[in-house]
Amino acid sequence: MLDTVRLAWRLLSRDWRAGELRVLIAALVLAAASVGTVGFFTDRVKGALTRQANLLLGADLLLSGDRPLPDQFMREARARGLAAVPAIKFNSMVQAAGGAGSAVLADVKAVTAGYPLRGAILLVDPADPAGKVARGVPAPGEVWIDSRLAARLGAQQGSKLAVGESTLTVGAIVQQDPEVTSGLLALGPRLMMNLDDVAATRLLQPGNRASYRLLVAGDAVNAFRDWAQAHLDRGQRVESIRDLRPEVRQTLDRAEQFLGLAALVAVMLAAVAIALAASRYLRRHLDAAAMMRCLGAPQRQILALFALQFFALGVGASVVGCALALGGQQLLVVLLSGVVSTDLPAPGLWPAVAAAASGLALLFGFALPPLFALSRVPPLRVLRRDLGLPRAGGWLAYALGAATIALLIAWQAQDATTGAIMIGGTVGLLAVAGAVAWGLIAFLRLLPQRGYSWRYGLANLRRRPLASSLQIGALGLGLMALLLLTLVRGDLLKNWRASLPPDAPNVFLINILPDQIDAMHALLQRELKADVALYPMVRGRLVAVNDVPVDSTRLTDARARRLAEREFNLSWMQEVPRSNRVVAGQWWKPGETGVMSLEDGIAETLGVKLGDVLTYDIVGTRVSARVANLRKVDWDSFRVNFFALYPPGMLQGLPTTYIAAARAPSNPAWLNGLLAQFPNVLAIDVGEMLQQVGAIVEQVARAVEFVFLFTLAGGVLVLEAAIAATQDERLYDAAVLRTLGASRRQLATAQLAEFLALGTLSGLVAAGGATATAYVLADRVFHIPFGWNPWLWAIGIIGGGLGVAVAGWLGTRHTLHQPPLALLRQFG
Amino acid sequence: MPDPVIRAVGLSKEVMSGEAPLKILDDVSFDIAAGESVAIVGASGSGKTTLLGLLAGLDRPTAGEVWLGNRALNGLSEDARAALRQRWVGFVFQSFQLLPALTALENVMLPLELAGASDAGPRAREWLARVGLDARTTHYPKQLSGGEQQRVAIARAFSGEPQVLMADEPTGNLDGATGAEVAELMFRLNRERSTTLLLVTHEVTLAARCGRRLSLATGRLVGDERSGAVGGSTTA
Ligand SMILES: Nc1ncnc2c1ncn2[C@@H]1O[C@H](COP(=O)(O)OP(=O)(O)O)[C@@H](O)[C@H]1O
Ligand SMILES: [Mg+2]
Repeated sequence: MLDTVRLAWRLLSRDWRAGELRVLIAALVLAAASVGTVGFFTDRVKGALTRQANLLLGADLLLSGDRPLPDQFMREARARGLAAVPAIKFNSMVQAAGGAGSAVLADVKAVTAGYPLRGAILLVDPADPAGKVARGVPAPGEVWIDSRLAARLGAQQGSKLAVGESTLTVGAIVQQDPEVTSGLLALGPRLMMNLDDVAATRLLQPGNRASYRLLVAGDAVNAFRDWAQAHLDRGQRVESIRDLRPEVRQTLDRAEQFLGLAALVAVMLAAVAIALAASRYLRRHLDAAAMMRCLGAPQRQILALFALQFFALGVGASVVGCALALGGQQLLVVLLSGVVSTDLPAPGLWPAVAAAASGLALLFGFALPPLFALSRVPPLRVLRRDLGLPRAGGWLAYALGAATIALLIAWQAQDATTGAIMIGGTVGLLAVAGAVAWGLIAFLRLLPQRGYSWRYGLANLRRRPLASSLQIGALGLGLMALLLLTLVRGDLLKNWRASLPPDAPNVFLINILPDQIDAMHALLQRELKADVALYPMVRGRLVAVNDVPVDSTRLTDARARRLAEREFNLSWMQEVPRSNRVVAGQWWKPGETGVMSLEDGIAETLGVKLGDVLTYDIVGTRVSARVANLRKVDWDSFRVNFFALYPPGMLQGLPTTYIAAARAPSNPAWLNGLLAQFPNVLAIDVGEMLQQVGAIVEQVARAVEFVFLFTLAGGVLVLEAAIAATQDERLYDAAVLRTLGASRRQLATAQLAEFLALGTLSGLVAAGGATATAYVLADRVFHIPFGWNPWLWAIGIIGGGLGVAVAGWLGTRHTLHQPPLALLRQFG
Repeated sequence: MPDPVIRAVGLSKEVMSGEAPLKILDDVSFDIAAGESVAIVGASGSGKTTLLGLLAGLDRPTAGEVWLGNRALNGLSEDARAALRQRWVGFVFQSFQLLPALTALENVMLPLELAGASDAGPRAREWLARVGLDARTTHYPKQLSGGEQQRVAIARAFSGEPQVLMADEPTGNLDGATGAEVAELMFRLNRERSTTLLLVTHEVTLAARCGRRLSLATGRLVGDERSGAVGGSTTA
């Protein structure tokens, strides 16, 4: 046994020196590195989430509603001996008092003594970078703001801020607030104030979506949870640590799934490279195996000998892969620094185990069949070289490899459907790319073949159509992923912006009170020289369709359920609004009442037809109306639009705010003046919003790009493995060409021609795939005009051609330096 | 006597066999004049292929010189030797050595294209017709029989219109009748073109058709015998 180990080691180090193992090792390292990078990264983010779990609600249980919660919840909680404090979250413009400087849209949280029930608020302390624990909450007349808001406003402790109609003093700068969003997913800048100050701000108008909360903590919280669950009304919900902020969890799970699957594309390509490399390894070692058999070694020993080598190889490569993954995940953290907090716990051991296991599983899945073949080599081969290769077990043997891949995907996808889509998608893409490549190769043959280098190069592609198509497919896939993330992403964004009408509004003003309409209209007229329309807005919840109560839990469609839960913005109008078009029924005549108009998309989602009677609950008042017509709305116009419209008069007397949309110069001076005059109004700057979203998209795309670099590396590895697999043929060809008088240059041109063709075809496939995807995304998903980008083709084809030419040349250049006679002897 | 086409002066070749050097060609010298047909004979392993390879510049000798035309190969780079080979030497191998990725026609075109000929296609077609394979131009080597493959190889060797044709056991992989046909073709073309022929063989009948026989034994030249017949006009 010891002898076998020693011999295995010797054989392995000889192969290592001969460079026989390079592709195999690189493929294993790639597989482990790509699985590990994503694994480590998500492990750390999840770790951060779990670490904050007990603090993240600031309580054990959180009740929330979109209207003030009835007293019964607080009473019941206290009756059960639980601690309970109320809080409200909403948005407000915040500005340095006196109207100097710009106004910033902030997330406001109004709290009262006792908050938080769990965890603590950390305040900035110049003396201690770790911060100091706050005692209590902001006193009446005081606000605590986070450092981002402080920076945007140029405010510090003692500054006076205008919040709604109140002027409040900055009492402290918050370093950390016990809420998951603060650490993980950064949203708007934040402000904390005392609950008692809220009314005076006059901010809680019906147009301002607020979240009314009750924080609960104590031992009997689970029983209370069950009780509360049974007493919840529409628009109210209970969250606890058990739920771990479902939306955050879900986003993270999705991200993990997506990144993991992206990494698996690289793993699949690595598997192809491993399969190619392993079968070449088999051919190279047949003679040695035959000789050992001849000398009396049993099959078992030969199997052990080679299995040991592969095991050592797999472990070594996995360790290297994990080390690379540690670097890779840190890069991901940096790339995503704006989205994910950089203060993450160290990664655990599990991802490393998973990465190493993936590498080893792949190696054995794809290398075992050739290994078995090797152990069965007939000893007679020693005498008769041409005895032929033992069969590697055919397709059946590769079933082991395929099963390994399927298992990895299933594990990563975590549900069968996603996994199946993933396998089907990648195999399908490879197959389509391969088929296209096959067609292109066949087509090339019809072209006039000028010059021996092209003839020879293309003939080499044709000679192994399956392998060539596979290489083109693999490289094309890698290139396509990168093209999509770089060029196509930019194009889509650009085309979307270009598709917006030039006069599209860029500022929305909401929460305007009825008694402010005239002054607001006059101000806009003066500042913007435009007759800006102000639309009334009433918020109501759909409670019945044809007098049958809406039970959102019975709706199967998730979007429909969300829509039914939410409060709608309702409005009234005499004429069909601009950029709306009636597609069914009749618009109302003057004086008509008891009717309404619905946007056709939402009608379809909710299953509402023309003639149905919808009942909305508007702060306790029920309003019923017959759906008289359906409208198509051009949402891209960025104008103020409503799902539901009524004739004037029907919503009279209900709590109303007004909304306006305007096109304004980017200079914010007029807006600051406006907000100083109307402190309760919220201004939403579309440009700024788009910029924020754009910055996040940019970061996420960069991170995904990074993961897709593994895919490209996988494509290159398939190329190198295929080159290695055809090494002998290439050496032979070079010798024959040499004998016929070919110069080194001529040999090099011929090989370059082959790789240039291979790369160009890959680029063509990639550009075609990326263009098709771009078209589908533009036309079907985002409904924006599709822009034909010639750069996609230029960069894909030229980049692919040059890149592959260089990679191919690096892989084959040594075939140019062999004396021809020795080669002819070897292969003759 | 005209200038020799090929001249070997004290040719030796040593290879490393394990740790010890092994002399597989030992001080071989001879001249071959234009138009001569020469058979190199000897037991298997006597160094025939090695010698032919050195004469064609496919390998470098350990000692001695090879002259092709009036150029010494010794000082030339690999590329310069290849260029010389392109103009001077056609090669036929025992195992044909066609490029499997190319059709019969493309294989024959190869030396012409390498030399930069603009009419490679038509000329290659002509040569295929001359070896009787005009119907097989688009076939790949593996679609052809051994005899047919060797005829393609002969067409390829002659297509560059070389001064010297070197053949290493050209019938060695063929059965008797096919071998005879291929040999007949080679001698006929050789006569028509009046090329110099250098033929490695251990078949007595083939050797007898040549005007001169060089015998090798364990790397040494042990015989240089001429018969009256030149170009195989007599049969034994
Ligand atoms: N590169 C080499 N290394 C070791 N031995 C070689 C090498 N090339 C040829 N030989 C040996 O030299 C001898 C002559 O070979 P070769 O010229 O092929 O003989 P022939 O063609 O007459 O059969 C043989 O014994 C052969 O094994
Ligand atoms: Mg020989």
